[in-house]
Amino acid sequence: MSELKSVSVAKATRVEVRLPSRMGFEKVAMSTAAAVAKLMGFREDRVEDLKTAVAEACINAIEHGNRLNEKLSVGVVMSVDADTLEVKVIDDGKGMSKQPARPDIDRKMLGEEDPRGMGMFLIQALVDEAEWVAGSEGKSSYVRLVIRLDKDAE
Amino acid sequence: MQSETKARVDQLTSPAGHPVAVLRFEGDIASTSKEAVLGTYQALPKETTRLVLLDFSKVDYINSSGIALVIQMMIEASNSAQKIYAFGLSPHFTKVFTMVGITKYAGLFPTQAEAMAAL
Repeated sequence: MSELKSVSVAKATRVEVRLPSRMGFEKVAMSTAAAVAKLMGFREDRVEDLKTAVAEACINAIEHGNRLNEKLSVGVVMSVDADTLEVKVIDDGKGMSKQPARPDIDRKMLGEEDPRGMGMFLIQALVDEAEWVAGSEGKSSYVRLVIRLDKDAE
Repeated sequence: MQSETKARVDQLTSPAGHPVAVLRFEGDIASTSKEAVLGTYQALPKETTRLVLLDFSKVDYINSSGIALVIQMMIEASNSAQKIYAFGLSPHFTKVFTMVGITKYAGLFPTQAEAMAAL
């Protein structure tokens, strides 16, 4: 089962969740990230963006990073400061070195591109910053997502 | 952990008199939804089904694997001279479907009534 280590929001607060490498558990991280973002005052549409980005990052970690090995877990670390929420999703894979390509729907419709493979694109498109970092010796690779409060709009 | 995808089909007629197969989904649309999404679509009679309307109004969670299933359906529909439309997506998933280009090949409508009026 997932383990929720801390839930409180203040300056420089960290919230950590550890997920089993099993599809579906990305929703635990998604819900936790949404709760933290709401406590910080993010607008509903930004919370929805974050939920999808966190879910896709966790799915990639479970499926491609940890290759569905349930002996391995996915770490999700949320770091909160006054106007920024950073989410790191950590797995035991080799990490990603290339930037996500924009999906080409025309090529997909013609069968020239896999209908799948949109997760990284969605992550990058939905948050303010997205960075993929390969861990040393194939361990602790992570994707780092950042969303920022827009004080005028939120 | 992932909620099961339920699907059922209603056969309706649009105000313009065209038969429309409405595929109503409930639950999550994810990698586990292949049978519910593609299986339900593939069970429609090819020779009489020209317009397919997807009802997402009871779907809370769609991930990229679920979107890929919708694209696979669009590819099959395109090869069978069928048209795909959808309604009931939240504003967020309307944005996501637009971002990945689905709106180029499938019309999205806020409600069933608006969709049916256009078919």
